[in-house]
Amino acid sequence: MPDPTSVPGLETAAVENIILTAENITKIFPGTVALEDVSFSVRQGKVNVLIGENGAGKSTLMKILAGVERPTHGRILLDGREIQLHSPLDANRFGIGIIYQELNLCANLSVVDNIFLAREKTRSGLIAHKPQREQARELINRLEQKIDPDQLLGDLRLGEQQIVEIAKALAQDVRILIMDEPTSALSAAEVEVLFRIIRELKSRGVAIIYISHKLEELLQIGDYITILRDGRKVAEAEAKDINVPWLIEKMVGRNPANLFTRKEHQLGNVLLKVENMTMPRAGGGYLLDHVSFELREGEILGFYGLMGAGRSDLVDCLAGARPQATGRIQLNGQPVTVTTISERIESGFVLVPEDRQRYGLVQTLSVMDNMLLASLKKYLKGIFLARKEEKAATDQQIKELSVRVANPLQPITALSGGNQQKVVVGKGLLTHPKVLLLDEPTRGIDVGAKSEIFEIMNRLAAQKYGVIFVSSELKEVLAMSDRILVMSKGAITGEFSHQEATEEKLVAASAVGHGPSNGGNHHGSGN
Amino acid sequence: MDQETKTNPAPMKKRRNITKTDVQQFLLRGRAFIALILVFVVFTSLTPQFLTTGNIVIMSKHVAINALLAIGMTFVILTGGIDLSVGSIVGMVAMIAGGLINEGINLPQLGIIIYPHTWMIVLLSLALGTLMGAISGFVITRFNVAPFIATLGMLYVARGIAGLRNNGYTFPNLIGRPEYGNTGFEILGAGNFLGVNYSIWLMGILTLVAYIVTTRLPFGRHVYAIGGNERAAELSGVRIARSKIIVYSISGFCSALVGLIIASQLVAAHPATGESFELNAIAAVVLGGTSLAGGRGSMGGTLIGAFVIGVLGDGLVMMGVSSFWQKVIKGAVIVLAVIIDQVQARMQERIALQEQQEMK
Ligand SMILES: Nc1ncnc2c1ncn2[C@@H]1O[C@H](COP(=O)(O)OP(=O)(O)OP(=O)(O)O)[C@@H](O)[C@H]1O
Ligand SMILES: [Mg+2]
Repeated sequence: MPDPTSVPGLETAAVENIILTAENITKIFPGTVALEDVSFSVRQGKVNVLIGENGAGKSTLMKILAGVERPTHGRILLDGREIQLHSPLDANRFGIGIIYQELNLCANLSVVDNIFLAREKTRSGLIAHKPQREQARELINRLEQKIDPDQLLGDLRLGEQQIVEIAKALAQDVRILIMDEPTSALSAAEVEVLFRIIRELKSRGVAIIYISHKLEELLQIGDYITILRDGRKVAEAEAKDINVPWLIEKMVGRNPANLFTRKEHQLGNVLLKVENMTMPRAGGGYLLDHVSFELREGEILGFYGLMGAGRSDLVDCLAGARPQATGRIQLNGQPVTVTTISERIESGFVLVPEDRQRYGLVQTLSVMDNMLLASLKKYLKGIFLARKEEKAATDQQIKELSVRVANPLQPITALSGGNQQKVVVGKGLLTHPKVLLLDEPTRGIDVGAKSEIFEIMNRLAAQKYGVIFVSSELKEVLAMSDRILVMSKGAITGEFSHQEATEEKLVAASAVGHGPSNGGNHHGSGN
Repeated sequence: MDQETKTNPAPMKKRRNITKTDVQQFLLRGRAFIALILVFVVFTSLTPQFLTTGNIVIMSKHVAINALLAIGMTFVILTGGIDLSVGSIVGMVAMIAGGLINEGINLPQLGIIIYPHTWMIVLLSLALGTLMGAISGFVITRFNVAPFIATLGMLYVARGIAGLRNNGYTFPNLIGRPEYGNTGFEILGAGNFLGVNYSIWLMGILTLVAYIVTTRLPFGRHVYAIGGNERAAELSGVRIARSKIIVYSISGFCSALVGLIIASQLVAAHPATGESFELNAIAAVVLGGTSLAGGRGSMGGTLIGAFVIGVLGDGLVMMGVSSFWQKVIKGAVIVLAVIIDQVQARMQERIALQEQQEMK
């Protein structure tokens, strides 16, 4: 409002900064009201945080702003003028970029090609490979990563793919950048880098919309906070005025004090013994460098480390997903000789994989079919599947894990990200494992669901199961584990009991073999 | 720090690469090429007249026809689709072009018959084939019909039109008449440039163009992206429907070109022209290493695949192998090639690991 006579009061100042508004948005899916009369303002040069439980409607609102979904009712205003978004291309033209919660990349293309997909740099109609590669390398350097731009995307680990997804968004010149859980597969060091970049973007006037379930992270980076619950807006505040307990209270309407509790349990005999687990890396060095450890009955063994430290490779090996690995495994004192995944499941290993989209779920199947996929043999009557028992088992898991689903026959893709994750955990539990391998089981799930998963871990430990818990969340590993092993460059670089472990010690051990400032030599030949 | 990370790894890799394992890898990767050499060597030793100039010219002409179809098919398969209608479009376009030459465009209301110039006929025919492809693409994208079904439908429709055009009869003697100014159609099939048949030139030029499109144009990249992860491509802003329609149009265009070439070579149009050509085209694409699931493959591979199929077919004929055995052998070769492809992936992994053991 360029009226020189009026004194710009607080109200007007705030209005002036608002670049994008979603007004009275309602979104109805068959069977679900995902959003109900939600208004949301996005301020220029600020980090606008959106939080809420799994299924609260955050991603749906973002998809509406990105032109992927259309609202049932409501309007979108950009710079005070109403705009129509019919496709992601439209949103792009208005300068709205998005990092999706579920990664959207082509595994068969290289990193560069993914970054510039549909926005190729051309010179007289032909793709200009060299400038593209250079800019890609620049972006990756800005993110302080060492990813070869010519590598196939499918060969990267999940965390690295998330970095590529971020780079892809940064490659566009956007005014508004939506980040839907951009850090769910990143560890602390990478999150720091991302925050530095977010501050850079802020200072250039880019509006950021930021969604995450990591509450400390939100208060650290956020400016304005909006809370959704069950598709409705329940609170709005400035980040400087609030704290984590307030957030949790508003989000789940529950006392946050008893969310992370670890129960002391009695440890039994050695359940699992792993000796010299080794797997070479295709480019040289080791993915797993002679890893040996023991797991006792009733023990929760945490694995901490940076991205690519080899933790996921280790649990993959135990689950039988990496036949090229060598080493000895003993379960209850008996050597495990079977190598295929299905035989490993039968002998009691089950993996809840890190990448639920690619390895955890069959996207074309229903919630129930996904849930039962690993344990179908248990529901046979003669040669036929017993529909009734299948249904009963599914319903029980849905209840125990409080999965938000209207009907177990819904397609899995209709569930919010966090609820999909719960289905993957449920699928693992239904195989009745002896050793439960959890690879980042809390990725993308809300505090309430997290405490439910921790509760299940406690319960299984009390029943003498062994739980291996891989996580990049320092606080969770510290809170939940009886013992913590830290890995770096494929080797175990630290072991701490629950009592002696501290954040500093874990971080120090996870950096062994890395040079200062996250750089350093190419492979840990020195270890 | 920056410099170190940028400059160090690259030369290291290069130096390490010149080893015997690298030779092994090359041999595995060039499997289609090796198959081609093998086929050549076997036939040359078994039939003396195999490597004569005359025979090579005939073989190349056969190969060209299959290769042109396979180029269009490669685009389609790269997006994860399939085009079963190519053979029928070949026949339909041949019949339409033949009819235009022999009967012209009859306008009974005005009482006149228009005989278009040969160039016009060629352009009209190409446009018709492209349109048929575009229709398939439109049905697939607009109504969400599986490519297999949509193009299967087109297979029947186009073949039916080919028969309807002249009640199942052939259009013979497509030489036109000087007084109508529509002569010269046979040149396309029989003409040479620098001693090489036009159809072979067309194969070379189209392969080159298709190669550039797939490797250097944004459109080509979008084709790969759609085959790899259609949803991701869409969310990135790739126009899925448009790209797919273009892809099927390209396939239709290639089919029309082949229809013209065949009609011109025979100087006649027969309604059954091109029957089951789609299978040869698909075989060439797959032999060339393109994944039927989409997203992986190359034009160079397709060209070699077309050569393997063509040379194998002609060689067996020359050796006097019965047509039944020809089919058995052809089928076995196709499946074998794909098996080798799968084994290759595993071998490469093992070679990489072996290389590392040696380094230690
Ligand atoms: N395509 C769809 N069809 C039917 N229901 C859907 C669809 N997409 C989302 N929903 C429902 O809408 C609700 C909101 O989902 P949304 O993905 O927005 O949640 P979210 O807040 O992003 O949760 P999370 O933190 O788990 O990512 C959920 O109940 C979900 O089941
Ligand atoms: Mg979400």
